[in-house]
Amino acid sequence: MSGICLYCGNEWIPPVSWSSFFTVDLPSYLCPECEALLEPVSGMTCKICSRPLEKLDAQFIAGDCCTDCKRWEEDPEWRGLWQENHSLYVYNEFLKEIISLFKFRGDYCIAKAFSGQIARVAKKMDYDLMVPVPLSKERQYERGFNQSEALLIEAGLKPFHALDRLHGEKQSKKSRRERIHLNQVFQVKAEANIRGKKILLVDDIYTTGSTLRHAAKVLIGAGAKSVSSLTLARG
Amino acid sequence: MKFAVIEEKLIPEPFLTVKQTTFPISSLDHFYEQLPFNPQFTPNPALKNYLTGKQLLLDELPFSMEELYTHYENGFLIFRKGIVFEKKSAKCRRCGNTDQRYFASFYCSRCREVCTYCRKCLMMGRVSTCTPLLSWAAEPPLSQMETLSDNECHPASLIWEGTLSPGQETASSRVAEAIGNNQDLLVWAVCGAGKTEVLFAGIERALKENKRLCIATPRTDVVLELTPRLRKVFPGITTASLYGGSEERHTYAPLTISTTHQLLRFYKAFDTIILDEVDAFPYSVDETLQYAVRNARKDSSAMIYLTATPDRKWQRECRTGKRAFVTIPARYHRHPLPVPRFVWCGNWQKLLRKNQLPANVLQWLKERLASDKQALLFVPKIALFEKILLILRSLHPDIETVYAEDPERKEKVQKMRDKKIPLLVTTTILERGVTFPNLDVAVLGAEDHIFTESALVQIAGRVGRSAQYPKGDIIFFHYGRTEAMVRARKQIVSMNREAEEEGLIDVD
Ligand SMILES: [Zn+2]
Ligand SMILES: [Zn+2]
Ligand SMILES: [Zn+2]
Ligand SMILES: [Zn+2]
Repeated sequence: MSGICLYCGNEWIPPVSWSSFFTVDLPSYLCPECEALLEPVSGMTCKICSRPLEKLDAQFIAGDCCTDCKRWEEDPEWRGLWQENHSLYVYNEFLKEIISLFKFRGDYCIAKAFSGQIARVAKKMDYDLMVPVPLSKERQYERGFNQSEALLIEAGLKPFHALDRLHGEKQSKKSRRERIHLNQVFQVKAEANIRGKKILLVDDIYTTGSTLRHAAKVLIGAGAKSVSSLTLARG
Repeated sequence: MKFAVIEEKLIPEPFLTVKQTTFPISSLDHFYEQLPFNPQFTPNPALKNYLTGKQLLLDELPFSMEELYTHYENGFLIFRKGIVFEKKSAKCRRCGNTDQRYFASFYCSRCREVCTYCRKCLMMGRVSTCTPLLSWAAEPPLSQMETLSDNECHPASLIWEGTLSPGQETASSRVAEAIGNNQDLLVWAVCGAGKTEVLFAGIERALKENKRLCIATPRTDVVLELTPRLRKVFPGITTASLYGGSEERHTYAPLTISTTHQLLRFYKAFDTIILDEVDAFPYSVDETLQYAVRNARKDSSAMIYLTATPDRKWQRECRTGKRAFVTIPARYHRHPLPVPRFVWCGNWQKLLRKNQLPANVLQWLKERLASDKQALLFVPKIALFEKILLILRSLHPDIETVYAEDPERKEKVQKMRDKKIPLLVTTTILERGVTFPNLDVAVLGAEDHIFTESALVQIAGRVGRSAQYPKGDIIFFHYGRTEAMVRARKQIVSMNREAEEEGLIDVD
């Protein structure tokens, strides 16, 4: 039996080597044409946030990191709270469409399309607990699932729910300054024991890094040893 | 949302007064989708307008759960399972999908269980095992005309000055009859017969009987073309125009013009559905759309199919008397349809690789350019455009190419209309409403499988549309004739013969 591409719906036959593994339920992820539209993050990247530096204007580069990260690191309030970010793909038009299908339309099984890559990258990272960035209760009910958690579960990884979200997600209308100075967005769950743990935060998109830095701040505050992050897309 | 069932009545989780196990609606057996009707209850008219003839998700309804549930308790609202399981296979009741590859499951925060959802109709909101489909149970809303008794100034009256040709006249009365008797009828009208006017009498009759009608078509551009025409001839009623992104999704109207896709939100809504271009992609190949149309009909209703090119199965059913049909074999201008000529052009693909066109094709094109007659050249693939254009631009600098998703399609069609393009190379039959009056048409590679019988009939139908220029050349250049080509020609010839026998054309 052929699979159908999770994005375009075209039927395609996975390579033989796969079908011998999955005799019962053939995986139907992305067809080769759609897969080719994904753009892995590669080349020179910011050593902190993994932003590709090659396409970036020189005025936004500060040595081996981007000026955004440099600015954060110069602020004593935020310095050193967060080790590094790793992103799988560039947030291009295609990935934008896929992610919107995934989280806004609620097509949960899109998570499977990335399971292999996420599992592979997670293996190379040093962490004790994988913490998905939480949604607010209302948003979680509305969508029916948390997309970051879905990415982990489908990759066969175990999410650790250490955080609660205190505010809504609508931050795009606010300026960078407002976002940075927004009161606490996250809170560590009382029952979550993270003391001395190396935390790997997981989110779908890295845009400004402020969500992840806010999460890192409360995690470190609650005794976490270190915080780094893994995201599907790098905006 | 989860429900408990007490005495076969659904109770939403938040409204339980005693502790009771709750389930996603698809896991429940033996409950009433609809409770006995309470005539003392006064329903909310806004909700009634919203939901009559529809099947919507809770997320699509701007009403509180309390209000919705009260309407259910009083028999005015129906809760149905969105997903049902038949022999352990899932089936989506909104779009009819049973292909298990289009179902997926996840641990759902709404029902706190593993939830299965349909991916086929996901773009209209997620239907899953914990999602009920809501419909209105009672009689349809009183439409504006029911309060009027004087037939003379009935708001549904047809305001149209035109006249029908004898062929249209016959079809028109058959349509009105089928609509009146809730029957199915196929209207097989040749390209350029004028099929929209044929509907007017039937629509008027249905509207005056307070019936709800829908004209459905697979294509948005047809919805956009038909809406103003029908609003003009039925100015006294509300006409809703539905397509992806249209604003009128929740308008209750006696006449709805909709893409077949938008019908997925309807449930037992219409007394009459007029389905335009049944042969057109994607309806003809998409079972979901066919299900949507069936689902949107009332149990007792009329179905009018319009087509210029019924497929072979339908043609056979017509011949063997299994399907009621009426033909309009002639155009309103009383001239026969131009019959395609077949001309062998050898291995044109091989020539094209050497940047050449077959001599007879080139000759035909040069003749059109020399005599200043506009022409369309159909080719099977967009990929051929570049090479063909390279050759043709040396003949005339204004020759253009166009394809269905061409971003400049509108501009190019307009330029063609303004006669600024002498020859247009194309892969598509363009918009339905578009006719170029004085035109010759050629197909290069008519043997390609993309040129089905129906496509070839449609292509030939571009020629001789206007009364001023009722003739024109239609030529199929091929590298081996196909059954589709032969059948297409046969269809055209037999329509002409029928028209002649019935005295619908003037033979010169
Ligand atoms: Zn694909
Ligand atoms: Zn950076
Ligand atoms: Zn469905
Ligand atoms: Zn659910």
